[in-house]
Amino acid sequence: SSASKMSNGGFQPYNSPMDQLGLPPPDHASSTGSQDGDRGTRSSAADPAGSAFFSGDFKKHDDLRAMLESSKDSQKLEAMRRIIAMVAKGKDCSDLFPSVVKNVVSKNSEVKKLVYVYLTRYAEEQQDLALLSIATFQRALKDPNQLIRASALRVLTSIRVPVILPIQTLALQDAVSDMSAYVRKTAALAIPKIYSLDPETKPQLMGVIEKLLADKTTLVVGVAIQAFEEICPNRIDLIHKNYRKLCELLADVQDWGQVVIINMLTRYVRTQFLDPAQQNQKQERQNPLDPDHELLLRTVRPLFQSQNAAVVMAVAQLYYHCAPPGYMNIVIRHLVRLLRASPEVQSCVLTSLSALSASSPHLLSGHLKCFYIHSTDSSSVKLVKLDILTNLATDSNFPVLLRELQAYVSSPDSELASAAVRAIGRCASQLPDTTDTCLNNLVSLLAKKDESVVAEAIVVIKKLLQVQTSDHSHMIVDLARLVDGIAIPRARASILWLIGEYCDRIPKIAPDVLRKFAKSFLEEEDQVKLQIVNLAAKLCVCNPKQARLLAQYVLNLAKYDQNYDIRDRSRFLRPLVLPDPSVAEPTLLAGKRVKKILLAPKPAPEVQSRFAEKSPFQLGSLSHLLNLRLPGYQALPDWPAEQPDSSVRAVAAPAPAPSSMAAYSRGGVDRISGSSDESEDEDEDEEDDEEDEEEDEDEEEEEEEDDDEEEDSSEEENT
Amino acid sequence: MIHSIFFINNSGDIFLEKHYKRVIPKSICDYFFEEVTKNSSPENVPPIIQTPNHILISIYRAQMHFVAVCKSEVPPLFVIEFLHRLADIIKDYFDEVSETSIKDNVVIVYELLDEVLDNGFPLATESNILKELIRPPNLLRSLADTMTGRNSTVSATLPTGQLSNIPWRRSGVKYANNEAYFDIVEELDAIVDKFGGAVCAEVHGSIDCLIKLSGVPDLTLSFVNSRLIEDASLHPCVRHRRFEVERLLSFVPPDGGFRLMAYRASCHGNLPVPLDLRHTISFKQASGNSGHLELTVIPRPPSGRQLEDLVLTVPMPRAVSGASLVASAGKYSYDTASRTLVWTVGRLDSQKGAGSPTLCGTLVMQTGAPVPDCRPSILVSFSITGWTISGLKVNRLDLHGESKPVLHQKTSKYKPFKGVKYVTKAGKLEFRT
Repeated sequence: SSASKMSNGGFQPYNSPMDQLGLPPPDHASSTGSQDGDRGTRSSAADPAGSAFFSGDFKKHDDLRAMLESSKDSQKLEAMRRIIAMVAKGKDCSDLFPSVVKNVVSKNSEVKKLVYVYLTRYAEEQQDLALLSIATFQRALKDPNQLIRASALRVLTSIRVPVILPIQTLALQDAVSDMSAYVRKTAALAIPKIYSLDPETKPQLMGVIEKLLADKTTLVVGVAIQAFEEICPNRIDLIHKNYRKLCELLADVQDWGQVVIINMLTRYVRTQFLDPAQQNQKQERQNPLDPDHELLLRTVRPLFQSQNAAVVMAVAQLYYHCAPPGYMNIVIRHLVRLLRASPEVQSCVLTSLSALSASSPHLLSGHLKCFYIHSTDSSSVKLVKLDILTNLATDSNFPVLLRELQAYVSSPDSELASAAVRAIGRCASQLPDTTDTCLNNLVSLLAKKDESVVAEAIVVIKKLLQVQTSDHSHMIVDLARLVDGIAIPRARASILWLIGEYCDRIPKIAPDVLRKFAKSFLEEEDQVKLQIVNLAAKLCVCNPKQARLLAQYVLNLAKYDQNYDIRDRSRFLRPLVLPDPSVAEPTLLAGKRVKKILLAPKPAPEVQSRFAEKSPFQLGSLSHLLNLRLPGYQALPDWPAEQPDSSVRAVAAPAPAPSSMAAYSRGGVDRISGSSDESEDEDEDEEDDEEDEEEDEDEEEEEEEDDDEEEDSSEEENT
Repeated sequence: MIHSIFFINNSGDIFLEKHYKRVIPKSICDYFFEEVTKNSSPENVPPIIQTPNHILISIYRAQMHFVAVCKSEVPPLFVIEFLHRLADIIKDYFDEVSETSIKDNVVIVYELLDEVLDNGFPLATESNILKELIRPPNLLRSLADTMTGRNSTVSATLPTGQLSNIPWRRSGVKYANNEAYFDIVEELDAIVDKFGGAVCAEVHGSIDCLIKLSGVPDLTLSFVNSRLIEDASLHPCVRHRRFEVERLLSFVPPDGGFRLMAYRASCHGNLPVPLDLRHTISFKQASGNSGHLELTVIPRPPSGRQLEDLVLTVPMPRAVSGASLVASAGKYSYDTASRTLVWTVGRLDSQKGAGSPTLCGTLVMQTGAPVPDCRPSILVSFSITGWTISGLKVNRLDLHGESKPVLHQKTSKYKPFKGVKYVTKAGKLEFRT
């Protein structure tokens, strides 16, 4: 019978009897499950995630309700699956809450699990009904299975209903001293949830955090620090006693925890130790490193080789902010390695490197080639790389760099091409010796056919000429000739500005250009119009004979322009250059003075890297990347002037092997949940871990034997 | 840390969402779509987007955007790496990351999403632990379930001891055939200028393993010339100190496939790019609306090896509307939508003495369009098996640990089948014209 059903079940859902085997195909299940359901549209119930099934007709939900009330687990499961599929899609299923919440007591582990998932999503909207489920969780919290305890705690604390806060807090306090490290981990994760529900609980939570910080299992410390960071990041004093332990455990913590711990310890180091880079005035040499400071740097170093880019970045920023100078080469090498990772990682790392390249270019100078642009890079990556390359430009590497930049100029990607032109301009202003080479190069670009490149070149040339003291009138003449062929307003405006500024040097051409532009004034873009008005005013002062009438004409046109900036400019310039003869008293601003005003030497705009100013933010943080202080950002403190008390970190000497063993067998579950207790007995039974190799041979053998025996006994206890 | 996660496909459809704190309405993604429309291709969407109250951090993988919504300071790489890990987990569960595989298994994916983050902080991301909590689907099992009427993705018996004492390895692994495979893949990243000189060249390698060994094996992998390895990143299972001191990889492997190590190979002096390219591309010809293209590949493979899967890709400027070419080997195609010329040469058999394959002919230029004066780059991909460009070679693989009387279990000694494969591929290899 089962065979026949499987073959035709999909076709004859109406006639087939209730499925005895518990695995109906989806459409089958819905039809059999909905005796009171809407029969007419049952056949459309094919795809649980399909939108057609649930659209419009909410009697369909009756269908699901009936399935949830059914006595068969398979029906319930099917219904829950469909509901979760809808939740995943973002559809509103809150009206099913009463039917779903009943199933929280289900014996079927998957039904239960899906109900949990549903509950965390909708409990906040149905607070009263959600209370029905609480008793189940309270019972589950006492379950012998650590996973059930953990998931009960997780869901219970995820239910954002203020009424149950006392229950949550109580459950949390119990869980903190749970035998299972996995449950304690869940407890640590629950702390921020309770805190966000009611910040008043902070004093209570602090006690819990303190307890968790003292935990010695790698599974727990990472999340404990995360809770610390979210609730009381300023209570550095809570870290003192745990500092050395954290350093030692760090290598074995999960990568996510490593990131959080290292970031926190960076702040710690900045408050508790002296700046290693600063000269000690009395001894005229660098401050010796505190042994604890050195301990951290040493234990963290292997993490440079992590496969997780976030860990590498965390270590890099720790070294950047806290290590003595001289370590930066390693930092850079590993950051450069990350450039091979996914494009998103690449883009983030490049932003950090770009900040470094602006503040200390010498560090990166050896890696110039790593920043060469591939045509397949994403556009944002291309631009950041270009910024870094420009920051790294020196007189010695300039020829190589210029050749590279020229290659980008002829790239089919016109955005890159324009950016490369700008980069050449920036090189020229950074390295005064190269300005002539760059200018010649830019002028040669004017012959290009790509208009955006030409326009960019003109704008850059304009900026460069502004700083140049020598006479470049031939270049301005060349540009003036180009103006007819160029449509891009920015470029036209730049040329006009140049002609106006240096009209003395090209007395023949300037009035002619003004004549042409006076004619086309009405068709020009606003920024070009503004420059026409400027040019008219300047010429009128320098060469009134030829330009006065033209200027008058242009100023009149500008006076009635639609753009108020242009009208204002005209109103401002007219009395200066065309004083009203009817006013008897000559204004103070007459003749020579006006010329001085209009043609005053103007400072050239400075082209800078985005990170030219040293960012105040911690390297690698989101705030640093966006250059914006985000909520939750913990500022990096300045180094203290005096060495703070270093004895605060002292703890009783690391427990000798026997006692740690005792601790070990006491918390036998810890070991099962994949954590290593003290660093001494890190070597877990089968796996004579990392430590082995590092310890003395003789000692190792002894310990290993001990270990194994101990292991066995604990293992037996458990089983 | 992470408030919500959205999965978005290329047509702008949000097909999955999961919230870890208060529900954030879908409309937050409008800021994301704004960026998508601003950028020509989905790869160019910036990974970090700032909105008035939130920050969207996204990755693009397998034609999908995975978008995480954050509200406060969080290390950006943390979120990016997490999203990639999530995609890896999905891949591990359903053999591929794709919209279809996610939609087909939407309930399992949602359960996974529930398990990997708690309140926005990573909870369980090791696939070995996850698989204890949520069973991956597989054909054999669904068949068995159908027959027996069981139907559950959650393991029926929650593993009481679960979570083995080595976080990355599940306990009680048993295989009839014990095998360990190592793929050493090196990729050549280089830019070659128009005169044929390498502007920059680097070799990056990785060792991917597929290990199916019973019990808790302890492996040691040593190299003939380990000095070639520079700047390595290691899987957490590798004993760091031994690598630093002895330059060998000693580890208890996770079960299944994983990346053991990635490294940069030191290559002092000139790197031999195993092929040379002669090219003339011009968009202007005296007669009418046609350009000219001529490409010649001169293979220089190491002795006894062959260039395989050779493909040349030339992204052309918009003005090139077509191409009529003759290929002396392989096939070419011109995609008029993306304006890309692809020449699939395939394997270059050195025995045949075929010499240098060429692609030659005219480019059809759009009438009226100005002649472009940009120079397209030629992207080259190839692979050579049985050879590493850096010369790295495995010395031996030793298996320890399985003979030790641990836990008084009867562990039978076994002799695993070991295999090492060497491949050199083109990474980002481009020739400028």
